[in-house]
Amino acid sequence: MSQTIETEKPLTLEVFTAGLWQENPVFVMMLGLCPTLAVTNTLENSLGMSAATLFVLVGSNALVSALRLVIPKQIRITAYIIIIATFVTIVDYLIQAFSLDLHNKLGAFIQLIVVNCLILGRAEAYASRNGFTKAVVSALGMGLGFTLALVALGSVRELLGAGQLLGYQIFSLNFEPWVVMILPPGGFIVLGSWLLLFNYFRQRKTENLLAVDSASHCTVKNN
Amino acid sequence: MNPESLSFIFLNAFLINNFVLALFLGLCPFVGVSAKRETAFNMSLATMFVMFVSSVCAYGINLILVKFELEFLRLISYIALIASAVQLVEMILKKFSPKIFRLLGIFLPLITTNCAILGVALFQTNRGYDFLQSVAFSIGAGFGFGLAIILMAGLREKLELANLPNITQAAALSMMLAGILSLTFMGFAGLGTTTTI
Repeated sequence: MSQTIETEKPLTLEVFTAGLWQENPVFVMMLGLCPTLAVTNTLENSLGMSAATLFVLVGSNALVSALRLVIPKQIRITAYIIIIATFVTIVDYLIQAFSLDLHNKLGAFIQLIVVNCLILGRAEAYASRNGFTKAVVSALGMGLGFTLALVALGSVRELLGAGQLLGYQIFSLNFEPWVVMILPPGGFIVLGSWLLLFNYFRQRKTENLLAVDSASHCTVKNN
Repeated sequence: MNPESLSFIFLNAFLINNFVLALFLGLCPFVGVSAKRETAFNMSLATMFVMFVSSVCAYGINLILVKFELEFLRLISYIALIASAVQLVEMILKKFSPKIFRLLGIFLPLITTNCAILGVALFQTNRGYDFLQSVAFSIGAGFGFGLAIILMAGLREKLELANLPNITQAAALSMMLAGILSLTFMGFAGLGTTTTI
């Protein structure tokens, strides 16, 4: 019963925007952390990685959604993984053909998109239960949310670690680069800082709400 | 040290290029299962076993794929292989130690999507390791994963009792801790040159 209601839900803008912010795969759901941290040492790598992930995410979710009535329940995870692996193989060869330089920089992490939990998670939780259009729109939103997070990390790390953005010098040459930002610890620390910042804002928002709430209670009592 | 020697490959995967703290592989269990030391220990044992089995099998499969010039199937066959290795561990644990099986819960099937395991299989192929080198590499990587996750669990258990500001909720705190651990592991870089992926 509930399933029929769910499929009848119309396609709204929320399907698209959920992935961008409220359910942001990296900052809120903590999915797909490995590529997030591993390749975000420069903005260029972040963009390359996000484009590859976006392609795999949209392609595999579209196929999973299209085949959702055909795939037997018992072997669905295996089927999804094989669909995802197919798309990753395609993207791996595509990047190799178009930009060998980027392929060398991202290394094995392109192939490791297969085990990005974001993609399997969306296939299982969303695409296998929703129609083709909705699955594609939602995957686009999630993929762009992922891009947003990678760009947020990559730009900070490249800016602080090298004083550059996309290879262009931003800070003056007197700026002493924080090399640690490009190295592995920088990834953890920058992501941690973003999360702290978001926690701070979220906390302030709830505190404000509570303050407004108690204030209105007081006035009611005083009256 | 000779970079081809077994001991160097082991140390390299274990400490210098630690899979979790330097290569960012296997972060999901690293954040998800590191709340208690006991669970972390069991998880790392299961992961080490799967890593070893899948590394040995991946070596064999790669030989077959190269022989028949089917390299483009490498990724798909590795993933299928890892999924079956996880299934094997699940059956063994269920039979011999239902307690650990219950403790690990949902994280056991999730070992399939642990990038550290696929990482081991892919790196050993990309770097062209022979059989013994692959074995040393997978054991080193397994120990490295175990070390990182157990250290993290110990730190998190201690911090449960500490008085922390409210904004350092679960994930943010884990990331900061991981950053500091990763900084300390950079000290091992002195043992040898850091190799790129």
